[in-house]
Amino acid sequence: MAKITYYTHDSKTHTIDVQNGLTVMEGAIQNDIPGIDADCGGGMACATCHVYVKEEWLSKLPKKEDGEEDMLDMAFEPKSNSRLSCQLIVSDELDGLEVNIPSKQG
Amino acid sequence: MIKKDVLIIGAGPTGLFCGHQLGIIGLSCEIVDNLDKAGGQCIELYPDKPIYDIPAVPECTGEELTNNLLQQIKPFNIKFHLNERVEELKKIEKRWNVKTSSGIEFDVAAIVIAGGVGSFEPRKFPVKECEKFEGKSLFYSIKDKSIFKDKIVSIFGGGDSALDWALELSNISKVNLIHRRDGFSGAESSVQKVKELNDQGKLNLFTKYQMEMVSGDKKIEVVKIKHDEGEIKEIKSDYVLGFFGLIMQLGPILNWGLNINKKTVLVNTENFETNVEGIFAIGDICSYPGKLKLILSGFHEGALAARGCFKYAKPDEKLRFEFTTTSKAAQERLGIKK
Repeated sequence: MAKITYYTHDSKTHTIDVQNGLTVMEGAIQNDIPGIDADCGGGMACATCHVYVKEEWLSKLPKKEDGEEDMLDMAFEPKSNSRLSCQLIVSDELDGLEVNIPSKQG
Repeated sequence: MIKKDVLIIGAGPTGLFCGHQLGIIGLSCEIVDNLDKAGGQCIELYPDKPIYDIPAVPECTGEELTNNLLQQIKPFNIKFHLNERVEELKKIEKRWNVKTSSGIEFDVAAIVIAGGVGSFEPRKFPVKECEKFEGKSLFYSIKDKSIFKDKIVSIFGGGDSALDWALELSNISKVNLIHRRDGFSGAESSVQKVKELNDQGKLNLFTKYQMEMVSGDKKIEVVKIKHDEGEIKEIKSDYVLGFFGLIMQLGPILNWGLNINKKTVLVNTENFETNVEGIFAIGDICSYPGKLKLILSGFHEGALAARGCFKYAKPDEKLRFEFTTTSKAAQERLGIKK
């Protein structure tokens, strides 16, 4: 279990306990946190689960796999701290992770 | 006006197989899709990626799956209307009148929405000012490349579309290629060619830059691009092209009075009918308790929805359950000669 904080574009903060093994994307979808569309359902094929990871967490996250950076090219306003939340699998190590959800996904 | 039993919206694997199931039970249908080819997400998002969970097919790519389905529905001569989006539905007595984006009209007894996550549309620039120039001096696809002759064209993106057009247009235009990072997702050979042209001064490559602003009076004059580290460059441009792939939008489906929850349409699991009589939804676009977004689920949903359409198409007949192994009628419809 990890506490994940999602900051949505309407300036709201949602701190949720997400079970290990789920993705950060699924944590948002299952808890009705707005702003993550996840059109392709986690297949790294759409870039609509794009989040900005709080800088201090960047180095603690699993590295991007092939294809994630390519997909981020398609994301809405990608930045250096952009990740696809479907690729972030929750574990105890991610306890306290904070992500910002962009204003739009496309 | 095209009169058929059923109209299928979406030519992805689910829509194609539903067409097969309709054919088997003797119902006619046509298929509309917003893309220029059949296959849906399989062809648009992952044509080359292998799929491992199609029953009895250990491994196939999105493209192979699509081609096999097209082969399987061939006997039914189903007509496709590609590059068309369904815009309006109207119930006239017991049938549906359907209108597409280019004005094709259908008169059908039932509608099956197999629309995936909506229709694919180009992803646009986040910069608001781009809207003002869209379709005039800013484009997300190219119809007539001759308009770019001897002009300055700024292309954004790092995939094959951006690279291919940068190379192609560098022969007739002054091309700037702008991409958000050093790496490209497009073919390595194209990346090499772009770099060579950049070294030879035949093309200007800007990496780690993204669009900051476009400006101009009636047409684009200047594009401002911003480096990762904050530096801003102004580049003169007559045209701007953006190639950021496609995004799926639900579009007009939202206006049809269907129960919609988070971009999906609620259905019953008996025949995948929606809250509106005669409109069914199958595949990724439908939702119900336990829904799995798998292609195999879409096949199952399509088989049941096809049978659900029967009572609207042939209200005075009873559908008898039959197997293709033994049903004469089904084999005749498949064109099997014995």
